[in-house]
Amino acid sequence: MAFGHTLNMYDVILPFKLFKGNKLTILAVLAVAVSVFTVIVVMTVMNGLTIDFIEKNHGFYSDCIVSTDSLVGFADYNEFSTIVKSQDYVQAASVVINSFGLVQSGTSGKNAALSLMGFNPKDHFKTTDFTKSLYYRKDEPNLVFLTSYNSELPACVIGIDLIEFRDEWGNYNQWDFLPRRSYEITCFPLTPKGTIVKTGTAVAANTKTYYQSDSSNTSIAKVDGTTVYLPFNELQTLTGMDIEPKRTSAIYIKFKKGFNNNRSVEKITALWKDFIAAKTDSLGANLFKNVNVQDFKSYKRDTIAPMEKERAMMLLLFLMVGLITVFIIFVIFYMIIGRKNKDIGILKSIGASMFGIMLVFLRYAVLIGIVGSAIGIAAALIFLDNVNDLEHLLYDKFGFQMWNREIYAIGEIPNRTGVALPLEVAAAAVIACLLGACWPTIKAARQNCVDILRVNNI
Amino acid sequence: MENDTYILSCTNISKSYKMGATKLEVLKGVDMNVAKGEFIAIKGASGSGKSTLLHILGTLDRPDNGDVFYQGKNLNSFGAAKINEFRNKKIGFVFQFYHLLDELTVLQNVLLSPMVRTGTLGWLFGAGQAKKAAIKLLDDMGLSARIEHRPFQLSGGERQRVAIARALINEPDVILADEPTGNLDSETGNDILRVFEKLNSAGQTIIMVTHDDRIAAKAQRIIRLTDGKIASA
Repeated sequence: MAFGHTLNMYDVILPFKLFKGNKLTILAVLAVAVSVFTVIVVMTVMNGLTIDFIEKNHGFYSDCIVSTDSLVGFADYNEFSTIVKSQDYVQAASVVINSFGLVQSGTSGKNAALSLMGFNPKDHFKTTDFTKSLYYRKDEPNLVFLTSYNSELPACVIGIDLIEFRDEWGNYNQWDFLPRRSYEITCFPLTPKGTIVKTGTAVAANTKTYYQSDSSNTSIAKVDGTTVYLPFNELQTLTGMDIEPKRTSAIYIKFKKGFNNNRSVEKITALWKDFIAAKTDSLGANLFKNVNVQDFKSYKRDTIAPMEKERAMMLLLFLMVGLITVFIIFVIFYMIIGRKNKDIGILKSIGASMFGIMLVFLRYAVLIGIVGSAIGIAAALIFLDNVNDLEHLLYDKFGFQMWNREIYAIGEIPNRTGVALPLEVAAAAVIACLLGACWPTIKAARQNCVDILRVNNI
Repeated sequence: MENDTYILSCTNISKSYKMGATKLEVLKGVDMNVAKGEFIAIKGASGSGKSTLLHILGTLDRPDNGDVFYQGKNLNSFGAAKINEFRNKKIGFVFQFYHLLDELTVLQNVLLSPMVRTGTLGWLFGAGQAKKAAIKLLDDMGLSARIEHRPFQLSGGERQRVAIARALINEPDVILADEPTGNLDSETGNDILRVFEKLNSAGQTIIMVTHDDRIAAKAQRIIRLTDGKIASA
């Protein structure tokens, strides 16, 4: 058993003794701990920002979007929406108009070209997380397009960044009661053929005044700073989409839990294909060709794809951190083994096998990896747990802020780590230690003990 | 006598080293027989090949030519695992510079050799017995008060006695000592020699390398190596 080689007592005990009795161990453990700490902290924060961004987009746009980029829209949407809603894997669906218009504030007189989004609250709140973004009507979202002071007035919801400023910590100081603010919204209606509706030779613009019934804080900067929300019918009229055949821009679809998202998107795509094949004689059949069925990531690929690319780049950078750790461990092990020549010689003289000696040093490397990882993880968790307090402290004392919330649409610095990331990083650190220790260990095991133990006397 | 009547023997051993472009022939056809219970001193000037011969006898090194026999069995025919086992069970090495492991206590240094031959499970059951034997050996060496000390806390003589205890713990057939008193003052060296004499009188086979006539004189037989050959035995 002992000389073959399996698990012997000396190669179990010696790694612990080497670990305890060697000052170079501290250097190696520190190198691992610093690498683990860096990777966990940066991954948690950056991953947190990316995941948060993707989740917010997911919540805003739902699982699957049947949409057209054309401002003309597509017809027969109610019919298709009914078919979609009858599917066993569909939780809810909301018909949505996405368009543009000129918005003039009745208070300041300022005007801007903004995105307009129209939906029916009842369907939309079942399909998306929009309710969460509301301030005044959070608890009664179905009343979102009713102003609290006069339910007869036409109402709109305003993206928060259009009306309030974020302070340095990302908070908005909204009024406790709904202020009376009016907005004049102008759209240029398009016919189903895509031409602007004219009255004689003049362009017929649709203009109507709406009163703010709520504000919406989705935490998606691009949305909150450019979007005004209207009831579906109102926007359909403003944009001319109420002209027969009546049209919409999109249908947002939410799938039931437990159903595979990609598979469900494929099913909706198939449904859509069947639908348009059966609708060749429809009045709006020519508008179907611009319609796409996509999951939310594809729909928002212009913003999500760069963030995911950034994430991949980050992984590449951390691969380099891993390589640096391997190199540091290699150097430290080279030094340790250089100093342990004599011990290796004596182990061989008492019958230790090459493999046994390799095991001693590889287990020593694993110990360094485990202890270094444990210290790195503990330090990272403590740091992350206090990172927001630390940022506040740095801001109060030195005016330093990692991300100015007036600019960046984030709240707190993400600091939720979970269990998987530390475990993965620790496993990678242990593997890095093993890789770093590999060559010096093989070199140690292959050393000729006569050369080590000889004292110049042949 | 035939090879199997000796505990250890070698025939026609030659060994050379390359030193740059020069080939240095250290041993040139050495024959040697060691009977059980003998105390042999291998003597020679520096560079005469005495340590090399000792290492070849203990299988730490391999000869270029020639054979080493243990109780008639040719050690050249042993594989790596069997050689390791032979070195652990049949041979005990004592070196000039003690070569104790600094991270281990005196007791752990002595127990290292049984640890090499024992698996973890075997150690669970056999550790007590090995520990008892190690403590007895250390007691015999006058080191019972030092068992929990670390090597750097000991004097040179004490360290060498720990090294002897480590060599003896597996009850080897042969002790191979390479200048065991070379790093000690004469009084401490004499103490160590007395230990060897006592062991030999109890039947222990000892082969000791030295360049010191006074120390060699303590042995029953002196083998003189000159220019890689046995000049007298």
